[in-house]
Amino acid sequence: MTDSTKTLERLATSDYQYGFVTDIEQETVAPGLNEDVIRLISAKKEEPDWLLEWRLTAFRHWLTQQQPQWARVHYPPIDYQAISYYAAPKQKGDGPKSLDEIDPELRRTYEKLGIPLAEQAILAGVAVDAVFDSVSVATSYKGKLAELGIVFCSFSEAVREHSALVRQYLGSVVPYRDNYYATLNSSVFSDGSFVYIPPGVRCPMELSTYFRINASNTGQFERTLIIAAEGAYVSYLEGCTAPQRDENQLHAAVVELIALDNATIKYSTVQNWYPGDAKGRGGIYNFVTKRGLCKGHDSRISWTQVETGSAITWKYPSCILRGENSVGEFYSVAITRDYQQADTGTKMIHIGKNTRSTIVSKGISAGHGQNAYRGLVKIMPTAENARNHSQCDSLLMGDQCGAHTFPYIEVQNPSAQVAHEASTSKISEDQLFYCRQRGISTENAVSLIVNGFCKEVFKELPMEFAVEAQKLIELKLEGSVG
Amino acid sequence: MLEIRNLYATVEGREILNGIDLIIRPGETHAIMGPNGSGKSTLANVIAGREGYVVTGGEIRFDGKNLLEMDPETRACEGVFLAFQYPVEIPGVANLYFLKAAVNAVRKYRGESPVDAMDFWDLVHERMELVKMDESMLKRSVNEGFSGGEKKRNEVFQMAVLQPRFAVMDETDSGLDIDALKVVADGVNALRNPERGFLVITHYQRLLDYIVPDYVHVLVNGRIARSGGKELALELEQQGYALYNEEPGRARRAA
Repeated sequence: MTDSTKTLERLATSDYQYGFVTDIEQETVAPGLNEDVIRLISAKKEEPDWLLEWRLTAFRHWLTQQQPQWARVHYPPIDYQAISYYAAPKQKGDGPKSLDEIDPELRRTYEKLGIPLAEQAILAGVAVDAVFDSVSVATSYKGKLAELGIVFCSFSEAVREHSALVRQYLGSVVPYRDNYYATLNSSVFSDGSFVYIPPGVRCPMELSTYFRINASNTGQFERTLIIAAEGAYVSYLEGCTAPQRDENQLHAAVVELIALDNATIKYSTVQNWYPGDAKGRGGIYNFVTKRGLCKGHDSRISWTQVETGSAITWKYPSCILRGENSVGEFYSVAITRDYQQADTGTKMIHIGKNTRSTIVSKGISAGHGQNAYRGLVKIMPTAENARNHSQCDSLLMGDQCGAHTFPYIEVQNPSAQVAHEASTSKISEDQLFYCRQRGISTENAVSLIVNGFCKEVFKELPMEFAVEAQKLIELKLEGSVG
Repeated sequence: MLEIRNLYATVEGREILNGIDLIIRPGETHAIMGPNGSGKSTLANVIAGREGYVVTGGEIRFDGKNLLEMDPETRACEGVFLAFQYPVEIPGVANLYFLKAAVNAVRKYRGESPVDAMDFWDLVHERMELVKMDESMLKRSVNEGFSGGEKKRNEVFQMAVLQPRFAVMDETDSGLDIDALKVVADGVNALRNPERGFLVITHYQRLLDYIVPDYVHVLVNGRIARSGGKELALELEQQGYALYNEEPGRARRAA
């Protein structure tokens, strides 16, 4: 084995830096799942009857379903009865009125992650709705957003305060019957974020939620709903890390986006959950359903994701392009190393006339990592003049890893133009030597080359997020350097 | 500045260099000529420290330091530059960004602070003129989609910005038309000075019309078969390498 290959291997096996557990009293429901647990969750959240009924309907459907087997990922069977379905940090009184009231231990957790909540909100002008386990504990900039009529709150609060909107849109993009994990989420979802941008309003700041799984043995079932009314614009950021845990943690979130006429939703994710140790033990199972509906004409939904964590990632942020001239975009960087597995991609469903979609997927595999792109481009008979361009590039580091591409293309309208490009490359010894001959160390050369490979995706991220993502990738590949 | 003594090297177990002796002093430009497979590029790669080129005997000293003990980036930081015969493409990495990373790596090695953005910009623009490079090439990814001529020009441009003390030009003339050749040669000539040494590797005499060397060496079967002044290149042009290849005995006599 050459020196460069050794260095690559070493880089690819550096430790997870965010492995710590916050010591906070948890209010947790005993493990197990049945109708009583669902009633309890619903009661704790003081939900209206219709929502309880919706949860129960989903649960009854879930009982008839089987875990899907088609993804190119492997893991032992999950015991759903061993999971606790509700955990909330204990609060005195009715909950925090301001950031100052938040549990100091919790604040420290965010700070360790480099997310000083208050500072970030003030300095970066980002309104942060932090989700700690299952209940939202901080919401900032609410007043400023409220002046514009923007609603940005926890899902629970939305159920109480904006019940009509939630009832109208919940499950309208991802129905409770959609897939095994979405059905599970529909029955037991704990909390998440809700965003509503009224007609003609351009949200003046990036909306950001940091998710963090903390309670041991507690599944996380976030539910996020974002609605951009006619002519509205919003950019939403989601970033996550998780503390080190030895056992697997299930995460099955659902995100629904709805864009009405001329509306734009940009949804960016940086995902860095605990991937398990170097031997493949532990780590998060990340089974997420994310889907956006371009409901109105000239609407636009853009997904950008940087997936670096989790033991298993099973995730296909998708767009249903129903409105005429609507646009769907998917930009993805997925890194797998050690024994991480990722099966990720997108679905672009063209229904309306002149709909357009773009897919740019960059997969990086190192160590024993397995990375699969799975994408569907479907042009329905009604989608006159639909256009799609897909580009799937894979980068391999070392010779133990794998990259796989599964593009599915279904065209039912002859006027469609669909293009798919794919490439697989290795960081070559030649490239490394070229950099080193110019004085650049191997580690820096690797991060230079990888960042170059990811550039098309990074440029879609909001500026400060792009810097964060670049740092995260360097961390992933450089270990303690950062 | 560069002393090569009795250098032996193998590639994939094959003996390529068989006892090379070569001394290059500051300000000198040496040309190495030779037929295909004589070990010209191997010599360049051994000097730069490329993996897979195994030194089995002899030594290389650079300003008295043992070059063979250094990894490639240290050699570069010490001031050894290789203009690649086949420059590598690095997609997504802007040429300018790459160059800045290289300049700062060298500065860090020397204990200097990162280059000032304005100073760097000025230097880059001044050096671009040397090789008549278009500004658009700064923004393009390193060598990606460059024509053969553009790649070679980019090598000379990088050299001009990095200002190494010693540069190896590995068949920089290959694949160049006469106009590109002149541009590249002008760039190299502009960088020649009393402190800087050059080792110009070429198969053809043509390049040496433009980069006039102080010494010419003929490399045959991994050994310097003959050394002389610039006139030796002309002689080779007329007689070819056949003399050396087919009759090694006579070649040795000629040396």
